Amino acid sequence: MATALAKAADTDASVEHAARIDHVSKSFAGPAGQQLVLDDITLDVAPGEFVTLLGASGCGKSTLLNLVAGLDRPSAGSITTDGRPALMFQEHALFPWLTAGKNIELALKLRGVPKTERRERAEELLELVRLKGAYGKRVHELSGGMRQRVAMARALAQDSKLLLMDEPFAALDAITRDVLHDELTRIWRETQLSVLFVTHNVREAVRLAQRVVLLSSRPGRVAREWTVDIPQPRRIEDAAVAELSREITEELRGEIRRHGQH
Amino acid sequence: MASTETTAAKDGNDLAGLEAGLDALETVQSSRTPFRRTLTQKVLPPIVAIALVLGIWQILVSTGVAGDPTKLPSPSDVWGELRESWLQGTLHEYIWTSVSRGLLGFLLALAIGTPLGLVVARVRFVRAAIGPILSGLQSLPSVAWVPPAVIWLGLNDSMMYAVILLGAVPSIANGLVSGVDQVPPLFLRAGRTLGATGLKGTWHIVMPAALPGYLAGLKQGWAFSWRSLMAAEIIASSPDLGVGLGQLLENGRQTSSMSMVFFAILLILIVGIAIDLLIFSPLERWVLRSRGLLARS
Repeated sequence: MATALAKAADTDASVEHAARIDHVSKSFAGPAGQQLVLDDITLDVAPGEFVTLLGASGCGKSTLLNLVAGLDRPSAGSITTDGRPALMFQEHALFPWLTAGKNIELALKLRGVPKTERRERAEELLELVRLKGAYGKRVHELSGGMRQRVAMARALAQDSKLLLMDEPFAALDAITRDVLHDELTRIWRETQLSVLFVTHNVREAVRLAQRVVLLSSRPGRVAREWTVDIPQPRRIEDAAVAELSREITEELRGEIRRHGQH
Repeated sequence: MASTETTAAKDGNDLAGLEAGLDALETVQSSRTPFRRTLTQKVLPPIVAIALVLGIWQILVSTGVAGDPTKLPSPSDVWGELRESWLQGTLHEYIWTSVSRGLLGFLLALAIGTPLGLVVARVRFVRAAIGPILSGLQSLPSVAWVPPAVIWLGLNDSMMYAVILLGAVPSIANGLVSGVDQVPPLFLRAGRTLGATGLKGTWHIVMPAALPGYLAGLKQGWAFSWRSLMAAEIIASSPDLGVGLGQLLENGRQTSSMSMVFFAILLILIVGIAIDLLIFSPLERWVLRSRGLLARS
């Protein structure tokens, strides 16, 4: 793994990683004093790597993603990313006062793309998520799956090297989610983005990732990691996916059970 | 290698087809309400109601049930007043004197209330300092400002504008504040990840997201402007000020002409409603509809 990455790392050490999470802890002021949410997390995402963060409620996975996105600061440790990461939420978070195309153009505008190029670039991105005719559509005219694809196009418009995804498909129905898994895999392979994907769905994690990181809950710690070497394109119903999912689920259940014992 | 590429291409086509099917199935078909239905469901009922009220009013007066006709004029008397004023060419003068004052005052209130509301909504110290005062001012009838305004500024147009501003600025500012407060935090987070921070965030995210609340504030601001102006015109009369609708009402009272009083009241009501129907309601509907927030009825 390290040798494969070394060839890109001849200039700057930070370029080796799309994100480096180094001994990061985070605590919030709670009713019972300071509450530790994340405890000493260390995790690297290599350029072009797809990592899923998996955990039950209270493992602080969304908190961790907020820290990586720069929306919040860690209490201890450091996070370095290669440029500002893009972030996708469980809700599409598209702006309802803009059309699908203009949502994407706003992202382009905010990173300084000249006006003359924005329209064309937005159309290209819509084509990438297979929503060619949706430029002038209002957000409420789109289905849930279409909204998440526009949100994906908007995130890609930021031209970040790292895409953070916070359970982006959790609110979708199973068929749509399945299709968007295929879509995400295709786009990830086409764009060579690094992806850090948070979910509580084990199958989804295995279906998508090259590496699955299991977090324990309260406080969140890295409990275990799996490398997923099932070749892409995978299907969520593949036997190999099911088998690894079963193993990870067992581990996850063990983590959850620990909290009921006292 | 060639075989895997064709499989990939086939998979890609399958996926595109599947996706197109899902999109088609899940897209909501919308259509406009036909004109005739709008007519029978929205326009007809208020017309019937108004006709009924006028009819009953006329019957009560002509049968003498309502008593002294100098105290309650019949609709036909009021209509006569309107006809006469139209023929003399004074009707549009009354209306224009008040409407031009009202709209100019409202625009001034807009120019002051908007930045004020934005600062109160976004700057914590300012909010703590003047937020409660601003909400409190909203419940103070702006009539109360007429006597001091007359003393400070004299009987002139600037006194009218001062009263309008004191009535409308708090409404507009408060509307914007509550609009900003109701902006979903998700939009702010999404904006920040896109790089919309500080003034850029205010311009690209906060202002458009707060627009529905802001518009509601404008609507109320107009109502307050109009009311304040009428109060000022009724109380403060001077030949220099010209005859507006409030002055017309006061003239009717002084000459004990109840038909003129009713004529003035009706005009005040109609102008207030007309501005709302012609400007604010379409604006509000357009904003809500474009965001999918208007329930179809």
